[in-house]
Amino acid sequence: MTNVSSAADTSAGPVSTGPAVRVGGNPFRFFLRLRLGDIIAIAPFIIFALLFLLIPTLGLVVGAFQDPQGNFTLQNVMDLATPQIAASFWISIRVSVTSAVLGAAIGLAIALAIIRGKLPSGIRSAVMTFSGVASQFAGIPLSFAFLATLGRLGLVTVLLKFAGFDLYKSGFNLLSFWGLTITYLYFQIPLMILIIAPAIDGLKKEWGEAAATLGATNGQFWRYIGLPVLWPNLLGTLSLLFANAFGAIATAYALTGSSLNIVPILLYAQIRGDVLHNPGLGAALALGMIVITALANIVYLVIRTRAERWLK
Amino acid sequence: MKPAKLWSWLIFAFGAAYFIVPLLATFEFSLRIRREGYTFDAYTSVFSDGRFQASFSYSLIVGVCAILAGLLIVVPAAYYVRLRAPHLRPIIEFITLLPLVIPAIILVFGYIRMYNTSSPLPLLGTNLGTDILLTLAYVALALPYMYRAVDTGLRTIDVQTLTEAANILGANQATIIAKVIFPNIIVAVLSGAFLTLAIVIGEFTIASLLNRQVFGVYMQNVGANRAFEPAALAVISFVITWGAMGMIQLLARFAPKTARRD
Amino acid sequence: MAEEFLRIDKLVKAFGGNQVVKGVDLSFNKGEFVSLLGPSGCGKTTILRMIAGFERPDSGRILVEGKDISGLAPNQRKIGMVFQAYALFPNMNVADNIGFGLKIAGMPKPQREARTEEMLQLIGLSGYGKRYPFELSGGQQQRVALARALAPSPRMLLLDEPLSALDAKIRVSLREQIRQIQRELGITTVFVTHDQEEALSISDRIVVLNTGNVEQFGQPFEIYNRPQTRFVATFVGTLNTLNATVADAGAKTVTLGGTTVTIPALPASARNGEAVALTMRPEAVSLANGATRDIVLDGKVAEVSFLGSVIRLKVDLGDNAVNLDTFNDQRTPPPAHGAPVRIGIASSDVLVLER
Repeated sequence: MTNVSSAADTSAGPVSTGPAVRVGGNPFRFFLRLRLGDIIAIAPFIIFALLFLLIPTLGLVVGAFQDPQGNFTLQNVMDLATPQIAASFWISIRVSVTSAVLGAAIGLAIALAIIRGKLPSGIRSAVMTFSGVASQFAGIPLSFAFLATLGRLGLVTVLLKFAGFDLYKSGFNLLSFWGLTITYLYFQIPLMILIIAPAIDGLKKEWGEAAATLGATNGQFWRYIGLPVLWPNLLGTLSLLFANAFGAIATAYALTGSSLNIVPILLYAQIRGDVLHNPGLGAALALGMIVITALANIVYLVIRTRAERWLK
Repeated sequence: MKPAKLWSWLIFAFGAAYFIVPLLATFEFSLRIRREGYTFDAYTSVFSDGRFQASFSYSLIVGVCAILAGLLIVVPAAYYVRLRAPHLRPIIEFITLLPLVIPAIILVFGYIRMYNTSSPLPLLGTNLGTDILLTLAYVALALPYMYRAVDTGLRTIDVQTLTEAANILGANQATIIAKVIFPNIIVAVLSGAFLTLAIVIGEFTIASLLNRQVFGVYMQNVGANRAFEPAALAVISFVITWGAMGMIQLLARFAPKTARRD
Repeated sequence: MAEEFLRIDKLVKAFGGNQVVKGVDLSFNKGEFVSLLGPSGCGKTTILRMIAGFERPDSGRILVEGKDISGLAPNQRKIGMVFQAYALFPNMNVADNIGFGLKIAGMPKPQREARTEEMLQLIGLSGYGKRYPFELSGGQQQRVALARALAPSPRMLLLDEPLSALDAKIRVSLREQIRQIQRELGITTVFVTHDQEEALSISDRIVVLNTGNVEQFGQPFEIYNRPQTRFVATFVGTLNTLNATVADAGAKTVTLGGTTVTIPALPASARNGEAVALTMRPEAVSLANGATRDIVLDGKVAEVSFLGSVIRLKVDLGDNAVNLDTFNDQRTPPPAHGAPVRIGIASSDVLVLER
């Protein structure tokens, strides 16, 4: 649990450089000091990162610009604009944005309630522990859980029908945009709670009291001080939640099969059986996913840099 | 009761309902397999399924291998960066965070194109090669968590002093890592290991596209063909995740002691 | 008779069964600078927080200009407050921090900027408006916090140990600055501190608190020279205690170190043969070289502490020991350790505390 939050903290914060290195004045000293032991220590990591993270990803980026014969082409990227693929991207972005924004908002509300809402202290640690578990409870079993809850035979559906309300006749369907979003919230909200709790702890009680003595209402405190102070953290978490939802496939696949054509499912089908009849188009699809998650992070970095003025 | 406190309770109650109801519903659903009433037959059916045993033990083995391989890759690198090359830290941390941004499906797609039978390194040509690729893919998935865990562990102990003390006593780098650093960060490492296990045990995307019969793929198959067993599997999965995360909580209690004792 | 501004009436507050303020009555005048002085846990901060509105009294009333404000929320009280840890808003620069209260009050921007500039000048930080709090020193941050509290022209100022987080030198200069600004504005101010020297130097009047009760309320001169309770006498300043026995209660004489002396302050309730503690400030004891004091005792120098302008000697009197302060005199070195000395005490400076 701590690991989740610390990993995310780093993604949401400036990278610390740790204690100063003790390299001598001579610039060649570093290389002279680079002993066999050092190389052995760092080599596995570098080789692994190249072979299993960087080169495979770059290979896809290059592949997106190659035709089957290996010549440069922009056709694959332009083919992303075909209605089927564009629709996939659109629904993926909608699900990811909605689940990230709702997850962040609800997660923030719950985190505020348990930290600043004067609830018994035991509740906080219970919620944090549960969040550690729930944030990892994703994929296939999560879809089973929601089928058992909100599926046609699910407990909630049955109970509501018993109470005289037919969920499915009212237009709800678990195998839909909203169904998927509600399901994704099950891991998005806990992730938000885990990441934002330390930031909320950083809001000093005196800021609220100072604002109150200056005439501010509770709402004005949050508008002018609380949220602006949390803002960089909120944005960082938002981009992480977005990436988290955008790349997720197992939950959606087990829940909806291929009835909800989000991008990862389309890509999955393409890898399985070349449904797009063009390997280069698959790579372009992957490129599109990389670009969108990268954009989300760049937006975050830009806004964060602007907030950096007052962040120590 | 003040309105603010009332709101807190309302929000908490709403959250608690959203998170607890699906668990109750799943459990209730898993008991519904017989018309005549609640039974644990769905669980019996799952546990006695040969494919459950096979896929679960396969996932467990791959998970343990991924943890070991991950440690071999991460511990020396984290130690090296912290002690001898702090200026490399931003680059290394950036790399370790990539798996949070690059979706698993992209990674596996890249692997399939890079390690196919006609490539210079045709890992996908053999069963063993594919197993290795799956293991390394899981190392990649767990990299952010593993690296953070190890790095946090290193931060809590004074690596510099310990290394210098060991150097004075005549130990070489390998001995230092194995005998001095590692025992000190074992708690942090185990936390990372359990988190890795929690992530790996239900993983579906990568294994499915590499055609490996892991627990996640088995669950998906059951989900597509059965009605009540999936709910039982979801309950089992939740218990496993809870167990892994619970171990981390438990370990966290021992962590400061280790740091202080040394 | 000065005009009453703040009145605290039978104020009681308990936290979980532990009563920290036990029926406090106080009345402060308009424009007065009052310190609440006491050790930690004496209830001083709780009283301040009840005036600010952060804590609700269990019973009792707080009246400002005759009106009960107990029912008002903190943001309706128009009371400025400065906190120990500055509590500047980190996301706003100095000007925005100072202007925050004005913005909330709906003051148009041009007036707001003029007022902010005026406040910056008041605290001597003109030109710092665009800086962020983390770019300022502790003393500068606390001055900004003061300006922020004063900008909306509150009817009263509360200071919650505003100097404790600062270095000794800045503490003294800032306390003088606070006092000067307070005089200039004539704003009624309540200052919470555990530092008696701070309270004595800055206040018009001091409330000495102990375990939730008011021990004494008066001017610094009175508090120091005429402490009404043993707690006040020992908490404020250094106090010597000499053990004596009542010789003749009617004649107000006691036996001290083998001699009989008259103590005007001996209470009428004293009985012959009873043990009493005679107390006096170190500066009331002098080296009796030529000086004429009615109590004269012989002893040996046990310790010499050179404090700069003052030299404090600890003199061993056999069954008693006293600290005495003498001014530094560059022509006369202090007596050496172990040297025999004769000390003199004016019996009119002696207080008698019940044991």
